[in-house]
Amino acid sequence: MSGSAFLRLGATLVSGVIFGIGLSLSGMLDPARVRGFLDVTRDWNPSLAFVLGGAVVVSALGVLVTRRMQRPLLDDAFHLPQNRVIDRRLIVGSAIFGVGWGLVGLCPGPAVASLSLGLPATMLFVVAMLAGMALHDRLPRIGARRQGEGALALRADGGRLSER
Amino acid sequence: MNEYWNALAGGLLIGLSAAILMVANGRVAGISGIVGRLLQGVQAATGFVFVVGLISGPVIYRLFAGAWPTVTVTSSWPLLMIAGLLVGFGSRMGSGCTSGHGVVGLARLSRRSVAAVATFMIAAIATVYLQGFFP
Repeated sequence: MSGSAFLRLGATLVSGVIFGIGLSLSGMLDPARVRGFLDVTRDWNPSLAFVLGGAVVVSALGVLVTRRMQRPLLDDAFHLPQNRVIDRRLIVGSAIFGVGWGLVGLCPGPAVASLSLGLPATMLFVVAMLAGMALHDRLPRIGARRQGEGALALRADGGRLSER
Repeated sequence: MNEYWNALAGGLLIGLSAAILMVANGRVAGISGIVGRLLQGVQAATGFVFVVGLISGPVIYRLFAGAWPTVTVTSSWPLLMIAGLLVGFGSRMGSGCTSGHGVVGLARLSRRSVAAVATFMIAAIATVYLQGFFP
């Protein structure tokens, strides 16, 4: 393993640890809190909005720094998504994810991080989540047919979103 | 009041984590992507190391706070399984979850991520709203 590959793994570990501490501190690990945040019409607890707000601000500072860099500190090139097409897969997939997130109040980061507590309920959730990922990755790619169709879906979905 | 400060501080740390991964390695801190690739054996070392870090986060938190973070799960086991399947499937199909689209995508002003976040927020809020009628 080359020196920079080793350093990259070190940076990855530091990033993972800080992510896990941040989740623990923020309250995102608690599905009851998350569902309280999503329950806007009844007993709304807006505190978790500060998690996303704070995270996006610092993350955006990181993005600003990278805009001034030719390449990342420890690698030869950036590996960032280049796809800009809002297609059916993106919208349908995000909607499916949102339903699952709302049902129980767990999303992938908090679910994985809470494995350290050894609770049977979150362990079961993670196993089902991994099964869902594996199922998706084994099925033929639904909805990813042509670019043109994606552009059409963009207009249709954009209209639907603005109606709500 | 304390829960607001903790939420903000936790959020700042999550943002710092994402910034480190982007500035150092040029990569997006998206948990569903990292875990999904790990499952496929793609970038397995990176994924494994990140997941180990993520899982040790609450352990380190406990060293400082003196207690585990609160995790209150009241859902039935069948519901946990259904929700897990939907979260896994949907986050892969939609190319991201609350971290990749939410924390990093919004920070990059990605149109796809703005659409994804709006969609999963609406879907999650609607789900919790409807569940309220079936206690």
